Amino acid sequence: MNYPVWQRSFKPPKDLAEYPVGTAFPAGHLVETNASWRSQRPVIDAEKCSSCRICWLLCPDGVIHNTKPEGLEIDYDYCKGCGICAKECRQKAIRMENEGI
Amino acid sequence: MHGQKAFLSGNEAVAAGVRLARPHVIAAYPITPQTTVIERLAEMVEDASLKTEYLHVESEHSALSACIGASAVGARTFTATSSQGLLYMAECLHYASGGRFPVVMMNANRSLALPWNIYGDQRDSLSLLDCGWIQAYAEDAQESLDLIIQAYAIAEHPDVLTPLMINLDGFVITHTYELVSLPSQEGVDAFLPPFQTVNKMDLDHPMSLAFTAGPAYNQAFKQLQHQALLSASKVILDIEERFGQFFGRNYSGLIETMHCEDAEFILVTLGSVAGTVRPVVERLRSLGERVGLVRIRYMRPFPDLEIRKALAGAKAVGVLEKDISFGYEGTVFTNVNSALSRSNVKPSRLLNFIGGLGGKDISAADIEHLFLRLKSTDDGETVAFI
Ligand code: SF4
Ligand code: SF4
Repeated sequence: MNYPVWQRSFKPPKDLAEYPVGTAFPAGHLVETNASWRSQRPVIDAEKCSSCRICWLLCPDGVIHNTKPEGLEIDYDYCKGCGICAKECRQKAIRMENEGI
Repeated sequence: MHGQKAFLSGNEAVAAGVRLARPHVIAAYPITPQTTVIERLAEMVEDASLKTEYLHVESEHSALSACIGASAVGARTFTATSSQGLLYMAECLHYASGGRFPVVMMNANRSLALPWNIYGDQRDSLSLLDCGWIQAYAEDAQESLDLIIQAYAIAEHPDVLTPLMINLDGFVITHTYELVSLPSQEGVDAFLPPFQTVNKMDLDHPMSLAFTAGPAYNQAFKQLQHQALLSASKVILDIEERFGQFFGRNYSGLIETMHCEDAEFILVTLGSVAGTVRPVVERLRSLGERVGLVRIRYMRPFPDLEIRKALAGAKAVGVLEKDISFGYEGTVFTNVNSALSRSNVKPSRLLNFIGGLGGKDISAADIEHLFLRLKSTDDGETVAFI
């Protein structure tokens, strides 16, 4: 599965001619990150993780990516720090770390 | 490209036009005096003379929402409503125009409650003039049918991509039977190619539709809607010209004029009452009076240039409308007055006649009296109920 990622090269439209016709654009075109409000970040401990993928299923924002053979990866550009993954992990393999100020 | 003749009511003419335009989806909820449009369409689906997805929705809000959703997968859509039903759609009217979904709708102009009333006036559509739709006003059944076919070509035009509302005066047009010429199906198929849009849900090219735009970008989308509406003025003329070549019936763009070239006293109006004004103008002309008529065919885009041109030589102008913006004046009058104030066309008298509310009759004698008022030099009320 391909996950949409932050399009760092996105340039906002400069004039009307660069706007799309109507409110339509290719899906998954993320022009901004959305994580600055996170107070704690989930960190997966690969030693404890059993690869059950419960966290991947239950993350409400779909930001735990299951694309690499070496394990799950959290997209910190969009993780909001809700802690659901840590709460649901039966192996207690996810800890919530305070974000620095 | 000529088909056959049929004896149809305004509503039946609309249904016949819709069948010829081959919409993929029809979603509608019945309301007097629109009901026979969707009854006829339902019968056509039943007898298989119309192949369409006919959605029996539970409200007008749902009817237009369903059309927007269908338009978002690239379907041609139709809905019809009236009065309270149109108001119930109000939220979705803005969704359709903002999303640039070219839905075509027929609205049977009808009074708004209270007092409850099912008869015709134009307060329903005129109170929603700012919703970003193109608004056309028909005078008879033939024009209603032709407008439906033209409407798809206009609304779906890439320079426009804007929904279009065709207004028929409740009962006076919707329920009056007239001889109507039906274009052939082959003719309409050639005139009206299938709907193509870049804005559609498509598995191969997934799109985010109806997205959010924050303060930095929102206004640009509104400017683009405004541009699209302004572009529609020219597109309407082009489509009408093409329609004339195909079907032999010619229309005159955003307004229609009668004897305005040398008229001193002109009535500006819209909808079926123009049919009452016409013979009065002819009669007064035969008595040597220099009177004329401007019939507004499109309220959006507004025919400002056309109106200035038509009224250039007039001494006195009356705007007759079935509408009032309570506490001020009629909305059509406001628009006409604004068009003139931005030009050097300044008739010495400009009056607003409000009539026909809740279906109140406007007779030929009433119209004659209005021309007399335009001729007189009394300085009565600028806004007068007739
Ligand atoms: S829920 Fe816990 S054990 Fe399961 S995949 Fe996620 S981190 Fe690993
Ligand atoms: S903290 Fe919440 S948003 Fe972030 S990965 Fe876990 S479940 Fe998803």
